[in-house]
Amino acid sequence: METTYLEAIRQGIWEEMERDPNVFLIGEDIGVYGGAFKVTAGMLEHFGERRVVDTPISESAIVGAAIGASMMGLRPVAEMQFADFISCAFDQVVNFAAKCRYRWGAAVPIVVRAPSGGGNRGGPFHSQNPEAWFAHVPGLKVITPATAYDAKGLIKAAIRDNDPVVFFEHKGLYRRVKEDLPEGDYTVPIGKARVFRPGQDLSIITYGAMVYTARDAAEELAKEGISVEIVDLRTVLPLDEKTILKSVQKTCKAILLHEDTLTGGVGGEIAARIAEKAFEYLDGPLVRIAGADTPIPYSPPLEDAFLPSVEKVVDKARWLYRY
Amino acid sequence: MAAVRPIDFPQTPSGISATADPEAGLALRALHYMVLMREVEDRIERKLYRQGKIVGGVYVGRGQEAIAVGVGLATEPEDVLFPCHRDLALYFMRGVHPRQVLAQYMGRVGGLTRGKDGNMHMGDLKLKIVAIISAMAASVPVAAGAALAFKYRGLPHAAFVFFGDGATSRGDWHEGVNLAAVQRLPVVLVCNNNQWAYSTPLEKQMACQNVADRGPAYGIPAEVVDGNDVLAVKDAARRAAAHARAGLGPYLLECKTFRMTGHAAHDQALYVPKHLFEEWAKKDPIDRLERHLLRKGWAGQEEIDRLHEEIRQLVDESVAWAEQSPYPDPSELHDNVYEQAPAPDGGE
Repeated sequence: METTYLEAIRQGIWEEMERDPNVFLIGEDIGVYGGAFKVTAGMLEHFGERRVVDTPISESAIVGAAIGASMMGLRPVAEMQFADFISCAFDQVVNFAAKCRYRWGAAVPIVVRAPSGGGNRGGPFHSQNPEAWFAHVPGLKVITPATAYDAKGLIKAAIRDNDPVVFFEHKGLYRRVKEDLPEGDYTVPIGKARVFRPGQDLSIITYGAMVYTARDAAEELAKEGISVEIVDLRTVLPLDEKTILKSVQKTCKAILLHEDTLTGGVGGEIAARIAEKAFEYLDGPLVRIAGADTPIPYSPPLEDAFLPSVEKVVDKARWLYRY
Repeated sequence: MAAVRPIDFPQTPSGISATADPEAGLALRALHYMVLMREVEDRIERKLYRQGKIVGGVYVGRGQEAIAVGVGLATEPEDVLFPCHRDLALYFMRGVHPRQVLAQYMGRVGGLTRGKDGNMHMGDLKLKIVAIISAMAASVPVAAGAALAFKYRGLPHAAFVFFGDGATSRGDWHEGVNLAAVQRLPVVLVCNNNQWAYSTPLEKQMACQNVADRGPAYGIPAEVVDGNDVLAVKDAARRAAAHARAGLGPYLLECKTFRMTGHAAHDQALYVPKHLFEEWAKKDPIDRLERHLLRKGWAGQEEIDRLHEEIRQLVDESVAWAEQSPYPDPSELHDNVYEQAPAPDGGE
């Protein structure tokens, strides 16, 4: 039976709650309502109020409380209703959670779930991809799954991890992505990219919903005889440098693609690493394709212009292929 | 890096004769920790900092020792503490040795953070002490979460979180107090109201009269206590702790005191009217407790003098120990960012 990306996350959380009585959920509207996107639907009924804690609208307190509970031995999974609101909890994530182990040896095993991404006409505050803010913070792990398989395996790995994890689930994938998942328990290692589609002529290094934009572009390009390799990072902090470099060393050309805005985005970091460590392999310039350097607009023609499109990726890939 | 284990050192005032009255015993313990805090902080601020042996910020609680000590006396070992930067005595009460604190200030490996952080930014989960971060009141929601864990497990413990008057202006404070109130979490909220947040006086911090006035807005009890009377603080903290442990939710305790220093060692506090220092000097909590001990006949002057002398010696030895403690090796820079250092190859 096919499982959606959303259901995969839900299953992952559910299984971890069954496995470990210390795992609990905390967030806004996650109990009775089942979460704004229904990721936690049915959990209150099954696990009870003790383990599914509905909170006031207080993102900072949600993450702060998760930190405190984790220090006392629990394994909190906190939900930001939208990734956009994580800025309200920024200090707790980047200054409290991320630095405790380094400063005084205290583990903070929390997961902060953050439904991110555009394409849903959500406008400037329900569409953002703020992963780069967190990818800049030593001590955090930042996960950005694209597939249902990875979403499930990585949420489970995140809950079991002893460091703070920010888990970006792309809202546009929740019901769009469906896969057959294996029976039983499995995890996906944090910090490990994978080759989503093997190819020869150029690499598209991406993550999250853009994996599918890259895939659609690759299918177009294949008709023209251009063979594209897609690397799905799955985790943007820590970065799997080896898989990135291996792909670039094979294809000698790379596009860095993300939905997050261009300047200061994860693509720039990857470009720098390729330039530092695989410079001699490059047969063309590193090409970044990303969301526009604007807030994410509401009106469909504007949002569509903001988002990296298949057409844009095809155009840039053609240009790079011929370079 | 494992957090540093506490080192045994005298936990009871050895210089003072044992007494049958339990209140006297508590008062003597209180004096011991208050004098120890004062002596360590005097040494830090007035000697080591000025000698350039402490390179970073120094924030002391001179004149405010009764708050940490009074509340500390109302805690149980399983309670979790979230001290703020003027609550040094809590560390000693949990068994941290003064030498560890001095090494911490000097950036040595003997400090609780092995030089990773400085001054009062220290904690040890084995001792149930959580380190602050510099953004004031950030610990309040974290304390709520620790209390949530106690409630989750049906344990009768409480979280004690300390903050200043200025911190109650921050959103984290309000979010944390509200969450704790709504969830009825066992949190004791201790405000060290020393009337100054850096150079900002109370009337520019809030429009209400007391920090405690904020309690009813969250549906929680609040009381004001004389923060320079350690026994009054202890009694109030016991009321607060009993309330929290009974499952009735958080309790706000406002301890009124005065900051007898600048914000930090570099700050001469010229913005504070001089007469206020003079007035509050007369209310010094250590002098006051000593007068109380003498009046009650719980200690003689000679015993009190001996206590001071013993603590001076302990601090002398501790300073010497801390100065011998090595600086961390630069190779430790990358240690403990994560439980396991990420492999650049993604772990293959």
